[in-house]
Amino acid sequence: MTRYGIRAALAGLAAVLVVGAAGCGDGDSDTGSGAATTGGARSAAVSGTVTVFAAASLTESFTQIGKDFEAANPGTKVTFNFAGSSALANQINQGAPADVFASAAPANMKTVTDAGNGEGTPTTFVRNQLVIAVPKGNPKGITGLTDLTKPDVKVALCAEQVPCGAAAKRALAAANVTVTPVTLEQDVKAALSKVTLGEVDAALVYRTDVRAAASDVDGVEFPESSSAVDDYPIIVLKNAPNKAGAQAFLNWVLSDKGRNVLTQAGFQAP
Amino acid sequence: MVGIDEQDPAVRPKGPVPPRRRTQRVPAPLLLPAGAGLAFLVLPLAGLVYRAPWTSLPRRLTEPEVLTALRLSLQAATIATGVCLALGVPLAWLLARVDFPGRRIVRALVTVPLVLPPVVGGIALLLVFGRRGIIGTWLDSTFGITLPFTTTGVIVAEAFVAMPFLVIAVEGALRGADTRYEEAAATLGAGRWTTFTHVTLPLVAPGIAAGAVLGWARALGEFGATITFAGNFPGRTQTMPLAVYLALETDLQAAIVLSLILLTVSVTILAALRDKWLTAP
Repeated sequence: MTRYGIRAALAGLAAVLVVGAAGCGDGDSDTGSGAATTGGARSAAVSGTVTVFAAASLTESFTQIGKDFEAANPGTKVTFNFAGSSALANQINQGAPADVFASAAPANMKTVTDAGNGEGTPTTFVRNQLVIAVPKGNPKGITGLTDLTKPDVKVALCAEQVPCGAAAKRALAAANVTVTPVTLEQDVKAALSKVTLGEVDAALVYRTDVRAAASDVDGVEFPESSSAVDDYPIIVLKNAPNKAGAQAFLNWVLSDKGRNVLTQAGFQAP
Repeated sequence: MVGIDEQDPAVRPKGPVPPRRRTQRVPAPLLLPAGAGLAFLVLPLAGLVYRAPWTSLPRRLTEPEVLTALRLSLQAATIATGVCLALGVPLAWLLARVDFPGRRIVRALVTVPLVLPPVVGGIALLLVFGRRGIIGTWLDSTFGITLPFTTTGVIVAEAFVAMPFLVIAVEGALRGADTRYEEAAATLGAGRWTTFTHVTLPLVAPGIAAGAVLGWARALGEFGATITFAGNFPGRTQTMPLAVYLALETDLQAAIVLSLILLTVSVTILAALRDKWLTAP
């Protein structure tokens, strides 16, 4: 009962936001008082708040995509919840009011769709590959996975429970290399921050994370990462409070404009 | 500041047994919020118990990872409490008994870890004791010691967040204690150190015990500073709260079981300690 109560409250809030946004106008001042519906020509008049649950590795690119989407659809507001994909999947299955879920691995998407919380089938929108993140200038001269086994090299990996950890496990298995990490971090950004802080000499993170932190870390590519590519699926959620907005946002992510932002961040096309 | 010992009848300094309060009608304006408060604290725990996967419980309890994390948690919290006692009791004495300039500022500084988000505390510890940290660099180059990612690091993180609890409790006890005993000892020729060990310490022992129990409980539940400063590795730095968090990523049931274990162990130990240390004559 409370779940629906919260939904109703959110829907009300969204309505207030829309009206508020329309009332404020956007400088052009030609918006009449009845212009609450934005541009009738646009497909299915998108408005209101779109709540997107997205994997931590999408933080930079989705924030940008959200801004672009808002600019193209006046009256909309995109709010994000960035976290580890598995935590997000749990939150959705526990009834969190989300419109869109973008996961860093199919497994976490399956958790949501198996519970019957997805609308239709998920679409793979990007793929991401692991690289070795090292402090700027690569002081330990790391060139590949085998260098991570050296006794004086401290390595941070993601915990196996999160996608980047599962991918790291696959990559290390493909290279037939056994690494003893000093820590198993709870998400990819935490693993990266251990490199940024200089506490470890290397960490296996996504290429996109290294690109986002390019001022602090360097990325070392390695051939075995091709066997540890993660597909990123996205889906509109069944109990989405703003289904029209959710579908519009998903379409935007799959459009050329969305793709461009994602490729620039270092993602690969599926 | 009101000391713990003054709030809690269980740790009130021994004296003549207070007369038993006559049973009165409890006024409803007090009873209702009190009941709501109790329900608010207890219901989530009841929810954990209710949703626990009782059928698979025995199998999950005996998993080696669980026992490893539990042992590490208990060891680290206990040693951290020892560190807090060794450093915190003298600090509390200083704050309570010595009038030095800037004492109010020092007292405020001592309580900072209470309000600091533990993750920030962990980062702060890294910046000082980390491999590139101010003291950490020196520790590494001189002794070859690095604290992050070690069990010692877990203890450091836990002591950092737990110490304020102990200092505040002990300082409150010291302020509440009757200084005439100390003055009497001094007039009889006892030095300050003798007075401290033979008069002050026994006088505030209940307060110290209460502070130690509080600090231990805080250390046992510590998550943010630990995972940030000491990382997460099974058997070395993965304490129960960290294991719970990672279990939550994939397996809600396992997380509930781990939480129940932590809950049971801490409640049992706290109850036992209270009976043994804090209420026995």
